[in-house]
Order: sequence, then structure tokens, then C-alpha cells
Amino acid sequence: MELSRRKLLALGASSIALMGLGTSVAFASKADEAIAKFTGGAAAGEGTLELTAPEIAENGNTVPIEVNAPGAVSVTVLADGNPVPNVATFNFGKLNASRSASTRIRLSKTQNVIAVAKMEDGSFQMAKANVKVTIGGCGG
Amino acid sequence: MGIKLISFVSALVFAGSAYAQDSNQLNVEGELFVSTTAAPSHMENVDTLYSGWHFRSGETQALQLDDFDNPGMVFIDQGIDLFGKVDGSEGKSCQSCHEDVEDFAGLRTQLPRVEDGQLVSMENLVNDCRTERMGAEAWKWSSTNMTAVTGLIGLQSRGMPMNVKIDGDAAPFWEAGKELYYTRVGQLDMSCSNCHEDNYGVMIRADHLSQGQINGFPTYRLKNAKLNSIHNRFKGCMSNIRATPFQEGGKEFKALELYIASRGEGLAVETPSVRN
Amino acid sequence: MASGVKPRVKVPKKASADDVITIKTLISHKMESGQRKDGDGNVIPRSIINRFVADFNGENVIDVTLEPAISTNPYFQFDATVPETGEFHFTWYDDDGDVYETKKKITVS
Repeated sequence: MELSRRKLLALGASSIALMGLGTSVAFASKADEAIAKFTGGAAAGEGTLELTAPEIAENGNTVPIEVNAPGAVSVTVLADGNPVPNVATFNFGKLNASRSASTRIRLSKTQNVIAVAKMEDGSFQMAKANVKVTIGGCGG
Repeated sequence: MGIKLISFVSALVFAGSAYAQDSNQLNVEGELFVSTTAAPSHMENVDTLYSGWHFRSGETQALQLDDFDNPGMVFIDQGIDLFGKVDGSEGKSCQSCHEDVEDFAGLRTQLPRVEDGQLVSMENLVNDCRTERMGAEAWKWSSTNMTAVTGLIGLQSRGMPMNVKIDGDAAPFWEAGKELYYTRVGQLDMSCSNCHEDNYGVMIRADHLSQGQINGFPTYRLKNAKLNSIHNRFKGCMSNIRATPFQEGGKEFKALELYIASRGEGLAVETPSVRN
Repeated sequence: MASGVKPRVKVPKKASADDVITIKTLISHKMESGQRKDGDGNVIPRSIINRFVADFNGENVIDVTLEPAISTNPYFQFDATVPETGEFHFTWYDDDGDVYETKKKITVS
């Protein structure tokens, strides 16, 4: 295969970059890795996907969230500061008209809750919400 | 000059607490509950009572409005099962004598109360039945079994106003409880009143201080995702101020329970409430 | 069988054809995350409900993969379109292999 110098340089640059980072860490965080796994590496843009979460969670044990993804086939939810970022994946069936779901999740500290939706047309959408998780003063 | 400074500072403190609890309405399953009312005359320093519900975030408040959404109801279901379960040498369940749990309506509003010269809480009544009439073992004061059943019984009084007797033979216990309420204890040298009377509505770190009412107990706490008994909560509070807590089920906590119940007179029973 | 695991569901009893109805489900389960340690410092192993499925007359409404970050007593609220009278079938799958189910009928006019 004939490689132009440009292509060769580009290949060289990216392989050096990867070498620098080490084979396991090509992503900025575990959450990014999980997102890439869900999207197959495709970019996720903004869209009609809505993620509702409280600004301040009274207790990180039970944080109510809601995802609303018209036209989505499935939505995965992640928490980028949790020990394991994956939270849940909602796969919508034929009889699910509104493509929305609510649940209660655990957040170990202040962080972003991220929703990524896979749309019917194969594209992806993403929404983020920052949730402050407090430690009570005297709740013990 | 000194007096002016003090009143200025206290004005600031009051200003801080003035907007601290909301004026939302507590509407459980479509029924409006009394969650704020005039304080009883025996409370010299408080004019208005507020249910602990008012001090919680909107999301936490919402959890109590619907019996399906209320996470405490899962434990009430367990209470229903326990109520019908045969236990002990006599081969009886609670239901063998108390055919309909709804007959307990009103009980929660009156406890703790004096019986035969002793102050009894609901947990005492349950264990008396278990040991003396069912031939079963007593349940630990704050165990899952006990809170499930006291929760179930408390639920039967939901919506009814708290109304404990504090005079007559209850008076000495009430006075003892009142003294405890205002006594500073622990490394942090604080009394119940320092937070729950002097500073309700104010933030303590990230926690919104309530009046320390017990009309919703046993309460589902987000903190440990289960029902919590009154004495267990007292114990936690004392530990937080680095005091050696009194015994759950002991005379101090029962006296304190009576006094604090009287500080909630008129508030609707909210068992099982949802708190932080 | 994990002890004390009990499902509860809230489904309207009646609806009109092709209405969108709201369903609430809950199952009492500790959802041991695998992050906690016991008194001796040993990790308490993960033991959670890992999947929840809701079907109506054999058609899928929602299929949820749960991770340890779902709160104790997993709660889900979602919508379903009901084209005809029938039965909802709810299933929860436990890490330990147990399966919990409940059904609810709905009359559609």
C-alpha cells in the first residue's frame, strides 16, 4: 500500500500518543470508556434527550432521576464520579410510547449524571446534569 | 449598648430562620394533613410547630405524598406479614387477638402513656403481647421486625393529631423528659433545644435543622434506607454530639419521648414519614 | 432465595384503547453493591437485581439493565401504550439466579 507522507505522519503521531498513554487508558475516564462502549465510538450530540436530576441531593443513597428520550431505542445512564460509572440501561419496547423512565440512584459524591440515548436512526444523543451530594451536618 | 448588640444579633438569627421552612402543603394520597399548627401553651419559646417534612428538599417531600412512592411502605408490607404470622409457644399471631389492625386507630397519638404507674411506649406494648400472651421472644427495640410492626400500627393513626397526656400520673415523667431536653450533654456540650428549639430552620453544614418532631416515626430515612425508631434516632443525635447515649427502651429515652411527643401536639401523625 | 424480596406494582385497572398509562414498580431488595466492607474489612460481595422486564400481552414495554448504583428497593416509573385488554407481566432477575414475577390485568375499552 502506498502511503503518502501525510498519512504516515498522522499514523506515527497517533501511535506515539497511544504509546504515551499506555494501552489501557485511551479514554479520559471510566465514564468516557463506558460511553464509548455504548456508542461504539460514535459522537453523541445534543438533541431532544432530557435528563432530570436534583441540583442538590439530600442524600446520595436515593437520588431521583428521570430520562426523557423521544425517538430513542435505549438510554444508558452513568455517574462519572461513582466507583463504577454504569447505572442502568433502559431498553424501550414496542409498547413504550413515551420513551421515558424514572428511577432512584446512588451517587457516592458530587458528580455528573450522564444520559446517552441511542436513537432509532442509529445516532446518539447525550445530556448531563451535575448533582451536588451533601454530607449532613448532624444527620450522622 | 450591650443589650442593643445582643438584640441585633438575635434579629439576624431570626431573620435567618424566617424563610427557612417552606409553606408547602402536605397532601398525602389526596388528603391534606396538618403539618403546621400553633404550639401548645407549655412551650414557652416556640410559637408555631412545623412537621419535619417542611425542612426536607422537594424531592424528599415528594416521596411521602404517594403510598406507592413512599419507600417506607415496603416495610409496612413486611409489618402486615408479621402481624399475621404465628409466633411463639401459644401458636398465635397478632391477628389471632387483634383481628383488624385498623382497630389501632388513635393509639399512636397517645403514646407514650402511663399504664400501671409505668410509662410505656408502643414497643413495650408489642413486646408485652409477644412475651406474655404469645409466648414469643421479645423483639429488639429498633429491629426490622419491631419497626415494621410499630410502623403498621402507627399508620392506622395517620392523619390524626398527636395528643399525649402530660398531666396527672404522666406529669413526673413529662417533667423528667423536659429537663433532659434542656440539659447540655456530651463533648459538644449541647442540648436538644440548642438545635431544635433555638436553631430550627438554620443549616448545620449541609443539613436543614428541623424542630425534632416525632410525629412521623418510625420514619424511613434516606440515610439507611429503612424504618428507624424514635429511640434509635435519639441515640444517633446523642452520638453526634459525642455524648454517651441513653439506652433504647430505657427510662430516660421514654421520658424524653413523652416530652417531645407533647411538643408535637396537634401535628398529624405521618407514620411512615420520609426523612433524610 | 434472597429473603424478603417482594415486588409491588401500580397499574391502572382501566384505560381506553391506545391510552398511554403510567406504571410504577418497586421491589424490596437490598441491592448489595459490592462496595461495602464488613466488620472484619472483607468486601461484602455484590448481590443485586440485575434486570427488570415489563411485557404486555407478550410484547415488550421496557427492559432495564440494573447496575449496583440503582438504589436499595429498585423503583421504576415508565409509560406503556395499551392497545387492548390484557395482562402486564413484570419480571426481576437476581444475581443469585432467583427470578421474581408479578402480573397485573388491565381492562381496555
